[in-house]
Amino acid sequence: MKKTLLAAGIAAMMLGATPVMAKTLVYCSEGSPEGFDPSLYTAGTTFDASSKTIYNRLVQFKPGTTEVEPAIAESWDVSDDGLEVTFHLRDDVKFQTTDYFTPSRMLDADDVIWTFERQMDENNPYYKLANGSFEYFNSMSMGELIKSIEKVDDHTVKFVLTQPNAPFVANLAMDFASIHSKEYEQQLLDEGKPELANQQPIGTGPFQFVNYREDAAIRYQANPDYFRGKQPIDNLVFAITSDAQVRYQKLMAGECQVMPFPNPSDVEEMQQNDDINVLEEAGLNVAYLAYNTQMAPFDKPEVRKALNMAINKQAIIDAVFQGAGQVAKNPIPPSMWGYNDAIQDDQYDPDKAKQMLEDAGVENLKMNIWAMPVQRPYMPNARRTAELMQSDLSKVGVDAQIVTYEWGEYLKRSSDTKRDGAVILGWTGDNGDPDNFLGVLLGCDGVGGANRSQWCYKPFDDLIQKARTLDSQEERAKLYEQAQEIFKEQAPWDTLAHSTVFMPLRKEVTGYKIDPLGGHSFEGVDIE
Amino acid sequence: MFKFFLVKLAQLVPTFIGVTIVAFAFIRLLPGDPILLMAGERGISAERYAQLESQMGFDRSLVVQYLDFLKGLLHGDLGNSLVTHAPVMDEFMSRFPATLELSLFALAFAVIIGLPAGVLAAVKRGKTLDHTIMGVSLTGYSMPIFWWGLLLIMLFSSTLGWTPVSGRISYMYFIEPVTGFMTIDSLIAGDWGAFLSSLHYLILPSIVLGTIPLAVIARQTRSSMLEVLGEDYVRTARAKGLSNFRVIMVHTLRNALISVVTVIGLQVGLLLAGAILTETIFSWPGIGKWMIDAISRRDYPSVQGGLVLIAFIVMIVNLLVDLAYGVINPRIRH
Repeated sequence: MKKTLLAAGIAAMMLGATPVMAKTLVYCSEGSPEGFDPSLYTAGTTFDASSKTIYNRLVQFKPGTTEVEPAIAESWDVSDDGLEVTFHLRDDVKFQTTDYFTPSRMLDADDVIWTFERQMDENNPYYKLANGSFEYFNSMSMGELIKSIEKVDDHTVKFVLTQPNAPFVANLAMDFASIHSKEYEQQLLDEGKPELANQQPIGTGPFQFVNYREDAAIRYQANPDYFRGKQPIDNLVFAITSDAQVRYQKLMAGECQVMPFPNPSDVEEMQQNDDINVLEEAGLNVAYLAYNTQMAPFDKPEVRKALNMAINKQAIIDAVFQGAGQVAKNPIPPSMWGYNDAIQDDQYDPDKAKQMLEDAGVENLKMNIWAMPVQRPYMPNARRTAELMQSDLSKVGVDAQIVTYEWGEYLKRSSDTKRDGAVILGWTGDNGDPDNFLGVLLGCDGVGGANRSQWCYKPFDDLIQKARTLDSQEERAKLYEQAQEIFKEQAPWDTLAHSTVFMPLRKEVTGYKIDPLGGHSFEGVDIE
Repeated sequence: MFKFFLVKLAQLVPTFIGVTIVAFAFIRLLPGDPILLMAGERGISAERYAQLESQMGFDRSLVVQYLDFLKGLLHGDLGNSLVTHAPVMDEFMSRFPATLELSLFALAFAVIIGLPAGVLAAVKRGKTLDHTIMGVSLTGYSMPIFWWGLLLIMLFSSTLGWTPVSGRISYMYFIEPVTGFMTIDSLIAGDWGAFLSSLHYLILPSIVLGTIPLAVIARQTRSSMLEVLGEDYVRTARAKGLSNFRVIMVHTLRNALISVVTVIGLQVGLLLAGAILTETIFSWPGIGKWMIDAISRRDYPSVQGGLVLIAFIVMIVNLLVDLAYGVINPRIRH
């Protein structure tokens, strides 16, 4: 409370001292948000416009990293059996005051419980309103994981879990876990228009919603009551600009100060522009080629390894990523804890690959390579990648055909355990936890689903399962390092690349940090 | 005249039913599934998929879904968007004025330049001016909109700084929509600066969208002028000693306009199609951009509803053109 008063006081003094010269930051966002209630959606574009600006979560990722740090909860304890996680809430967090809502109280345990109840309790009116379609909450299996949520006192909330789960706290830093105001949503329910929560959001975050013109612009202003103090900029505008080339032109013309997702081919020119800084960072992602390990001859690790050695990954980085990426040797990206840097990648060696195939008794191999029809953050052009692979493979006597399907169909068919061929796909991390890659993409549970190599290998799966139940990050990291060794021996994938994320912004913008998880946040950003 | 109107109107009914079938089938024939696209790499369990499918009503037979769609349509209800959950009709109507405003400005640009250019080319037939105008209009006609738009942005916005790159109005202004036309709304609000800003933002997209109609109008004006110039009554008018200007403007142009008006009417469909690309380049918040988003998300209700509404608008405009034609040329009515 003191801090808020102090911050308010400073803000008032600044307003009094300087003539009214509002600082406005314009961000050329890449698309329209689907709505402003982050629990309903899964798209990054929607999260940028809602959870990253308007809301906070119990815990958060430290800006620019995947480390979990306190946010609305100032601390938390985990019981010895790992089944109870207790959060201690700050007492100075206030929901935003706008022309459609004025909070009568500070945030407390009821708001936290409400936030999760509305996504898991079938009797909650918001659950009914959305028909329970809280896809992110569901896809992270939160409903099965949370047994109950208890209010210990006004500022203490206890989550009781059905099983110990180390990534659980990191899950609560994700966008779907943004804390909603129970008071506001109750008020909307009383007025008979609960759906307005998705159009006129109220959160506790650094910026508050002003208005949205569909497909054109979203306006925010700094939240004067923000518990970390008012932001240095006064207004934030998202100018929706779906074409990357046009965003670049707008950035050059000064119509916006920050733009996401530049065309890889424009980056070099941007770096030479005196008005523009190009920030770059390795994205928390991986692109891979997944063999179907249940189909002969790809059920043999030596065949998979031989094919990996036949493919020139550096050439793919140069030609497809245009240098904006690095060759991957592990299924998790290097910036993630638990990354095993001691692993040796299978080097590109077509002669040896050919020999290995012969030794394995594989002759005149015909195979399919699946190329995704869309561009993704981890893969700029899958078709081109597949063509390079095709030509590499032909040098070792493998006849590869490229197949593709419409994106939804591709995702579905590639999950099938009887799928014919190796699939190009990738993943962007949700919560910075290695389990989010190794467990989801390579665990036995994922066969027939997210595990595209249909690979269920007990020694690997045991390590992953065990790591999930431990609390100590150090011990978990050791298990993940071992798991990566087994992965490399067995080679269910050819690990292709980790892409680089570029963020062009004008020179006058300071304090912007690239979020390795792919989001865009303007907390702490200033204009000089 | 009234009977003529009724006949024309009755002819629209089968066309409209055809449109509903095409719109309904089109998005379903495209491979892709809204639920799978929403789930992305994360995937979705079979149970959850079935649950969502039944919530959205996609587990029913296609015939039932179509009849349901028709039934809603008769009540003016196009269903709700799968993504925003808002009524498709509201989503469409909130964006349509932006498209209409842009199309009208583009059409005005095309007529104001295209008509005189066509007249000039006809009068100077075979001369350098004629060849130049026809050459330029042929180039304009074959100009890929996307490329043309980017080219103009690079020259006028980035290099010269004369026009804004994209958007509908400067973020400095915030005008409450009354009519949905930014130019009119800013005048209603009495904000002169906002009005000028909205005009400023209209320049480039109107030129880009108006280029192809301009070329079509110029060519049509020229050929129909030439046809009329060869008529006996024009010769008579000249023989009477009327001034060249009067012969061309009154005797020739007026009669040549009949076919030009038809062509202008036909441009409406073309403008709406072109608006989709133009809006994408200029981040113009109209129905074109909205349709593209809806298609890529396989938002079935939005796509089929949007298509039906666009087709409906084109049909109504064509009907009006037919009627106008009847007014200009009474022989058509019989």
